[in-house]
Amino acid sequence: MIAEKTLVAITGAMASAHAMRQINPDVVAAYPITPQTPIMMNFTQFAADGLVDTEVVTVESEHSAMSACVGAAAAGARVMTATAANGLALMHEIVYIAASTRLPIVMSIANRALSGPINIHCDHSDTMAERDSGWIQIFCENAQEVYESTILAMKWAEKENVLLPVMVNQDGFIISHAVENVELLPDDVVKEFVGEHIPHAPLLDVEHPVTYGPLDLYDYYFEHKRQQIEAMKEAEKVFPQIAAELSEITGNEYDFIESYKLDDAEYAIVTLGSSAGTVKYVVDEMRGEGKKVGLLKIRVFRPFPVKRIAEALDGKKAVAVLDRSASFGAEAPIYSEVKSALYTVKERPILQSYVYGLGGRDFTPEHARTAFERLIKGEFFEGEGYLGLRE
Amino acid sequence: MAELKTWKEIPIGGLTEAGSSTRFLTGNWRVERPILNTEKCINCLLCWVVCPDMSIVVEDGKVTGMDLDYCKGCGACAAICPVKAITMEPETKFQR
Repeated sequence: MIAEKTLVAITGAMASAHAMRQINPDVVAAYPITPQTPIMMNFTQFAADGLVDTEVVTVESEHSAMSACVGAAAAGARVMTATAANGLALMHEIVYIAASTRLPIVMSIANRALSGPINIHCDHSDTMAERDSGWIQIFCENAQEVYESTILAMKWAEKENVLLPVMVNQDGFIISHAVENVELLPDDVVKEFVGEHIPHAPLLDVEHPVTYGPLDLYDYYFEHKRQQIEAMKEAEKVFPQIAAELSEITGNEYDFIESYKLDDAEYAIVTLGSSAGTVKYVVDEMRGEGKKVGLLKIRVFRPFPVKRIAEALDGKKAVAVLDRSASFGAEAPIYSEVKSALYTVKERPILQSYVYGLGGRDFTPEHARTAFERLIKGEFFEGEGYLGLRE
Repeated sequence: MAELKTWKEIPIGGLTEAGSSTRFLTGNWRVERPILNTEKCINCLLCWVVCPDMSIVVEDGKVTGMDLDYCKGCGACAAICPVKAITMEPETKFQR
C-alpha cells in the first residue's frame, strides 16, 4: 500500500538528513567538508533536538570518521556517515577495511572534484576513485532519489549474505544545495521498512567473542576477497526484491538502470547523477522534433549492471557515454565499463565517449543536444570528446 | 598446519575465533632469556606491570618465574627491576 506522503521543499542535503533521522542509526561519526557539511549540519540538529537516539561522534578527520564507523559497526551498531571529495580520499584506507570487514555502513557523498587544483564543486572523481573498494554505489538524479535511495541503501547493506557498505551519491551543490519538492514518508513507515538491525557478529556480544581484523596472509586473504566478490553478486541478486518492497510504499520505481524513451530510440546517451535530468529535458525537446533519441541512466554503479546495460543498448545505432570524471591515460570510467558490457551484444552500437562538468563546470541542455546531434550526423572521432570545455 | 579451507568454509569479513593468539607461541622469537633470582626479588611486581606479554608468573603475590611459551625476551622486566633480581642470559646457553 502506498504510504501517505508529506510534500516539502528541501535541499538534497536535507533529504539525506531526513532519511538518516527516520532510519535513526545508533552511531554517526563524521567530519565537515564542503559540500557534504549541510547533511551533517541538519542531522546533528535533529540529534540535538532529541529526534534521534544516535550517538554523534565528532572526530578530527575523515580517516577517524570512517575508523569510528568501523569500530561502531563491528560493535554491532547501525552506522551512517557522510563525506565528499578530499574527505573521501582521506578515508580511502578505511573505506576498503569497512567493505572487507563486511560492515553495512551507509555513507552519503555530496560529489565534489578531488584536488588539485583545489575546487569545491561537483564532479565524480571522488567516488570513482573508490569504485574498486567493495562498496555498493548508488547515484541519484535529484533530491527525491537521494531520500529514497538512502532508505533503500540501509536495508540493502544489512541484507543477509550481502553485508556490504553503501555509498549514496548526490551531485555536490547541484543536488545537495538546491531546493526541490520532496515527498517524505511517515517516520513509522521508514522504521518498519528498514527493520531492526541484527548485527552479524557484534563485538559487544561477549557470550560469542570473535576477533575482528586479524592478520590475513597468503593462506586466506585470497579466499576473503572471493567472498567479497560473491557478496556483490548476492547484492545484485537481492536488489530487485528490496526495490520492489520500497516501490510498494512509495509508488516509485527503483532499478539498476532507468530507461527514458529508450525502447524505440536509435540514438542514446548514457549518464548518471543530475545530468540525467538535463538529458531527459533534451530528449523531450528532440522527440518533439521527431528525433529518435533516448536516455539510459545508471542508478547503481556497483554492482555494475552489465546485462541490463547490454540489453538496453543492444541494437542502438549510436550511443554517447558521459563521464563527470576523467581517467588520465585511459578511457573514462563509465565509458570503459559500458563499452565492456557491450562486447557480447548482437548488434553493437557505435560508441562515443564524452567527459563533461569537471570541477563544477555547468552541463547544459546545449551540451546534451550537441552529443545527440553528432551521433545522428555520424560525427565520431577517436578518443574522448569534451562537453563545455574551451578548446 | 591444519588443512586449509575454501572460501565457502570460512567466516566472512576476515573474522576469526577470539583468543586464538594463545595458540601462537611467541616464546620462540626469544634471543635472551630472563632469569629470576628469587633470593634477591622483593616481589614489588613492577616486572608484572611492564611485561607486554603477560609472561610474569605470580602466585600468592610472589613472582615465581616467567612463562617462556610467550616471553619474547624483550628485557623490560630486567630493566625495571629495582634490585636487579632479573638478568638476561643468551638463549644459546639453553639450546642443546
